[in-house]
Amino acid sequence: MSGLHIADLRVVRGPREILRDIDLAVAPGEICALMGASGSGKSTVLRSIAALLAFDGGTIDVGGFALRPGPVPGESRLKGLRSRVGMVFQAHSLFEHLSAIDNIMLAPVHALRWPRERARETATKLLEELGVAHRATAFPRELSGGEAQRVAIARALAPDPTLLLMDEPTSALDPARRGALGDTLRELARGGGRGMLISTHDVDFARAACDRVVILSQGVLVEEGPAREVLSSPRHPATRELLQHGGNEDAPAA
Amino acid sequence: MSCARTIAGAALAACALLALHRSAEAQSKPPLRWGGDAEGGAPFVEADPADPSQVRGFDVEIAGMIARGLGREPRFVQVAWASIEQSVERGDFEVGMSGLEDRAELRARHSVSIPYYEFHEVLAVRPADRGRYRRLADLAGKRVATLGATLAYQMLVDAQGASGVIPVSYDDDVHPYGDLVAGRVDAVLLDNIIAERSLRRMGGSGFVIQPEPAATGHYVAVFAKPNVALRDSANEILRARMRDGSLERTFRRWGVWSDAQGAYFQRVLTAAPERERESGAAVPGAGDRSLATYLPALLRAAAITLVLSCLAMALAVSAGIGVAAGRVYGPPVVRALLTVYVEVMRGTPVLLQLFVIYYGLSGIVRLPAFAAAVLGLGLNYAAYESEIYRAALMAIPRSQLEAGRTLGLSEWQILRLVRGPQALRLALAPMTNDFVALLKDSSLVSVITVVELTKQTAIYATNVGSWVVPGILCSALYLAFSLPLSRMARRLEQKWSAA
Repeated sequence: MSGLHIADLRVVRGPREILRDIDLAVAPGEICALMGASGSGKSTVLRSIAALLAFDGGTIDVGGFALRPGPVPGESRLKGLRSRVGMVFQAHSLFEHLSAIDNIMLAPVHALRWPRERARETATKLLEELGVAHRATAFPRELSGGEAQRVAIARALAPDPTLLLMDEPTSALDPARRGALGDTLRELARGGGRGMLISTHDVDFARAACDRVVILSQGVLVEEGPAREVLSSPRHPATRELLQHGGNEDAPAA
Repeated sequence: MSCARTIAGAALAACALLALHRSAEAQSKPPLRWGGDAEGGAPFVEADPADPSQVRGFDVEIAGMIARGLGREPRFVQVAWASIEQSVERGDFEVGMSGLEDRAELRARHSVSIPYYEFHEVLAVRPADRGRYRRLADLAGKRVATLGATLAYQMLVDAQGASGVIPVSYDDDVHPYGDLVAGRVDAVLLDNIIAERSLRRMGGSGFVIQPEPAATGHYVAVFAKPNVALRDSANEILRARMRDGSLERTFRRWGVWSDAQGAYFQRVLTAAPERERESGAAVPGAGDRSLATYLPALLRAAAITLVLSCLAMALAVSAGIGVAAGRVYGPPVVRALLTVYVEVMRGTPVLLQLFVIYYGLSGIVRLPAFAAAVLGLGLNYAAYESEIYRAALMAIPRSQLEAGRTLGLSEWQILRLVRGPQALRLALAPMTNDFVALLKDSSLVSVITVVELTKQTAIYATNVGSWVVPGILCSALYLAFSLPLSRMARRLEQKWSAA
């Protein structure tokens, strides 16, 4: 099974059901936007796929690696998942004590045991593709929001994952850079046959950059379909609400 | 009959009047404040077992004789033995007595009474070494213990140059003998009174006292330099008590009288007062000691302080990292045990911990003093370091750890490559503070016989009778260590914050 397949995903925290009956698939090369208002459960979906969070029901399968309900397994049992899934966090989360290129080389050298030269070549190539090769030796605090975002994407892509998860990638970018990011992501998805699941409240970005959108409301998947179709003629009230208000107050938490 | 009664009545009345007059006189005069160290113990000065608020001992009785001879009441002032001379000069009390040894330096700086007791510096060795170590010269390369800042210590320092004896300085006169029996030192050089007292306490076994004295010394009372009048009056009283046998009775009562002492009294009584006053101790090599003589010892002690602090800090940092990691990552049992460790080490005095490690554990493991010092300071500071590291580890945002996880790094790699290095940057400033504090706290290890910078300075100050030059030198050396350290830490911080 290639790509991402989620069936009946359920997450409960205390008395609250945060996610219920989520079915979701992302095909290789497809960019899927995960949209919804604050607290709708977007981040929880991403964190469950990345095995940062335990879930209570259903299955998650990434390219043949399956996650089951229950406590998050130890890292040694997640190697198959880690090589398949890359994640870009909302506040880029670059390692502050390492330069841009060292941030990108860290996982290939230490987790994948690549020779340093190979890791450096890959890192340099990614920095070039993402247009930030001139910032290779800069430290995170010296980078602009857009530059840090691109270095974080390069870091997530260095181990060559088949699925890239992104949490609110446009939140720190101005409109011009949002457009540019969309173009870059499309190239990266097409070129590598890589699926992307992007949580966002940015309707313009989703319309321009994504193939498909999935709408979450109060932990339930309420609408999904081709991006242009869903976003131009929404059927569900939650989608209409989202389009009206742009979901601009979206918070990073689940 | 009535005449006899009248005479008796008149005599009684006269006696009563005289007594009244005397007590009125004693009341009108202020008490004679005299300083001594009750920690020195019997037979010099000790707390009275019947009433620990009172002191007793031959020095107590002699102080009483002097006070009453002056028509005053004696009043005891407790003072650390090594500080008696400084305190008398400061005016904390008028007379200092507590087995004080007559030395040329003492006479140069203070007014000193005639000697009232002659003692011998004697060598104590383990019974098996009785034949081997008869005198100091036999102890080349061997550790010989004594009380710091004494004639005996000075003799050992001189013997170090002459015959390679290794002096080991103690803050008290009990532990040297304990360590002799335990095998930590090979001999003890101290006053015969102290040696005999220790032997009695050990039930007469464990060590032997060599019959041939290594030197002869005298106990004196010390007065402030300008207080010559009081000194002269005290000398008159001491001579009178030597003549009337009061001193002899006192020394007999405390079991330290011998015929030789009687002969010595005779010599004192017939000697010209001026000559006595100038006579110092009959100890070879004890003369004026200048800065040049002490500087090498001071620098050596400074090196010990530096090496000791660096080793202890290295231990504190590595153990601290281990404890912090255990408290952050470990299972509940490990976390609980490490919490107990941290609280016990932080909640009890490091001095106590040093005593426990050096003396308390000597039945199980007999650590050399230096190793015990490194261990004691290192383990104590490890508790403080671990709290710094733990706080720093907790301060690293969760998203950094999650980023590491999604990249496929193991927990250990995340700690080593992501969390640890960032935490280290946060911990640097408090760590530097701790290192400077440790550098100064290293002075505490003198209680377990390590002569480091502060101890050596105290010895130097006692011998030259002033804290001015030794104090300045000592401060300069500590600053020479701590200032570059703070500077280096500031630079690193600047470099990292720029990064």
